[in-house]
Amino acid sequence: MHWAHSHLLTISDLTADDIHTVFELADRFAEMADRPVKKAPTLKGKSVLLFFAEPSTRTKTSFDMAAKRLSADTFSLAQTGSSLQKGENLKDTALTLQAMYPDVLVIRHSLSGAAHYLSQILTCKIINAGDGWHAHPTQALLDGFTLHQIWSGFAGKTLLLLGDIAHSRVARSDVELFHKLGVHIRVCAPRTLLPRGIDNWPVQVFTDPVPACAGVDAIQCLRLQLERQAAGLLPSVREYAQFYGLRSSHLDLAQPGVKVLHPGPVNRGIEIQSSLADAANSLILSQVSAGVAVRMALLYLFLTQSQKE
Amino acid sequence: MTAPECIVRNGRWQGRQHDVVIGQGRIMDLLPSDSTRSFEGMECFDVKGAMLLPGLIDGHTHFREPGQEYKEDIDSGLKAAAQGGFSHILCMANTDPVNDCAAVTRLQMQKAAATHPWGPFLHPVGALSKGLAGRELAPYYELAEAGCIALSNDGLPVTDNHLFRRALEYSTGPGLLVIDHCEDPGLAADGQVNEGVMSDSLGLAGQPGIAESLQVARDILLSKYLNIPVHLAHISTRESVELIARAKQAGVPVTAETCPHYLLWDEELVSGYFTLAKVNPPLRTSDDVLALRQAVREGVIDILVTDHAPHADFEKDAPFAQAPNGISGLDTALSLSWSLVKDQILSPEELIRLWSTAPAAIYGLKTNSFTPGDPADICIFDPDTVWTVSAESMASKGKNTPCLGQTLPGRVQALMLQGRLIYEHA
Repeated sequence: MHWAHSHLLTISDLTADDIHTVFELADRFAEMADRPVKKAPTLKGKSVLLFFAEPSTRTKTSFDMAAKRLSADTFSLAQTGSSLQKGENLKDTALTLQAMYPDVLVIRHSLSGAAHYLSQILTCKIINAGDGWHAHPTQALLDGFTLHQIWSGFAGKTLLLLGDIAHSRVARSDVELFHKLGVHIRVCAPRTLLPRGIDNWPVQVFTDPVPACAGVDAIQCLRLQLERQAAGLLPSVREYAQFYGLRSSHLDLAQPGVKVLHPGPVNRGIEIQSSLADAANSLILSQVSAGVAVRMALLYLFLTQSQKE
Repeated sequence: MTAPECIVRNGRWQGRQHDVVIGQGRIMDLLPSDSTRSFEGMECFDVKGAMLLPGLIDGHTHFREPGQEYKEDIDSGLKAAAQGGFSHILCMANTDPVNDCAAVTRLQMQKAAATHPWGPFLHPVGALSKGLAGRELAPYYELAEAGCIALSNDGLPVTDNHLFRRALEYSTGPGLLVIDHCEDPGLAADGQVNEGVMSDSLGLAGQPGIAESLQVARDILLSKYLNIPVHLAHISTRESVELIARAKQAGVPVTAETCPHYLLWDEELVSGYFTLAKVNPPLRTSDDVLALRQAVREGVIDILVTDHAPHADFEKDAPFAQAPNGISGLDTALSLSWSLVKDQILSPEELIRLWSTAPAAIYGLKTNSFTPGDPADICIFDPDTVWTVSAESMASKGKNTPCLGQTLPGRVQALMLQGRLIYEHA
């Protein structure tokens, strides 16, 4: 198994082969969840530092569980209760953490480029668990893996990303990943939530969810950050829910058996009609399970296969 | 006629070797080097074929004193100016406290006089509004009397059109030119980089070019309506250039500046979150760069300035959004400009106009055209040497330039101001 990377900062660092390597490995790790003893000694003695400088429940827990299932030790640091809150800058915090010799540093940060910045000043391996609006590569990998588990292949499939594309690291990483896998990608949002340069993206752009949903194989709903209304990008959350919230009539236009995804946490009744989140074709909880398997695969690759520097 | 005090020998001026006779701080005579005149017994300074340029004028710098002396102080800033070949420097008002009263202006003037009595000469720019808050006019007569040469709200653009109109009108009393930092803060929206390809790929808030161009249009309309000059700071977009060209054709009394970095680099330079290329306005597209190059050649943009914005190392060593805007420019300005001459984008004559003749005319400063009576402000420049930019090679405290580690063409060998040798390259 070949893994030439020292860090995972964005999906653009990976080749399609790399992505399939992660999926194949995650297939094997996913089976562990069904075993009575959900632990393997593979990464015994390795230290994984979880540095979450922005609130997170599922991503942090997912990395924690992934590391522990492979017997690595995990250590957590959050923004609150850390020296960052006392005004320590990111560089000093990061150098302090490195002096404790973690093997991998998993970072979540509200500033775009934070993971990239740490990769330039630290010698340990960095996995980006989400930086600002920039990238969330492990989310994209788990989204891809979720569909990989359902579909026999990606060729000819169409995926719709519905919601705030402009301010979404998930959207950016999903577009990069599914484009590499050969999936047709559509995006749909009000123009205020589409990035200025969207015409340069490898996507088909819609501002009306009705034609956007027609014939698609999967729909990833994106969380609406409620502060977008305050920023003057939307007249109201209510109007957004009425015109852009995913509802069952949209699904009737899609391919039969269309899959519904959401990276979470879900605003029920805003970006998605509540019942759709729980329906049979919703993959939202599969995404959570896939997340653990994908992160096990990544930790395994980085800690056992990655080039020694 | 007073006796000559010194001779600068074998200097290249307008393509020919000349000897410059200097007396009482002024140019007395300019002679071809092969003339038969004897200089026996006079102090001679043989520059061995180096170029003679007038002392340069920088109409836009940030010297950080008072308030942020760890970034730069007046002494270190003027040292960088001397090393860069500058005779006159305008420094913006966004110090702490803001230069909106005579006390701050005088402090800056006194510091400059105490540390660099023979120049480079510092000319403070007073605040356009009290505290740069954009709500009330600052006391322009008081500022002018204390030594301010112009007015600006640089760093904190004025959004209130009524206040801006009154500022233009009131400034005519003490005769201070208004320099406007054109940026609509709402449209700029805390943009970290140019809006478009780079803001998308880096996931950073983008600042659209129209945030600048819209304010340029406002300023042109007000300047025309009031028939009062406005000087437009650090122009960075093609649209702004087109607006200025049209305004000048119509006789509107606007002038404009841009910086070497907008003529040399486009937004690609920030890829990889390169904070040393983070500047406001942000580096734009390659098309904007082409428009600006043409504009400086044709005189649509009148002058070059550095927008020298020194910062401490640790401030730029941060995630992109936390790093402050600005490039430290005085140490590299002439070499970067010379690279444009080498690439045949500018002629040496245009370079002299952009850095000396034109800013002297705009700000009412005396410059050197090497005619008798001119101040003997001479930048002795060797265009054929190269140097590598390093923290150690820069006199400014701010080492924040994307040129760090790069080799640049041309080096200031010495600076003479009013006939005195101010700086000589070791």
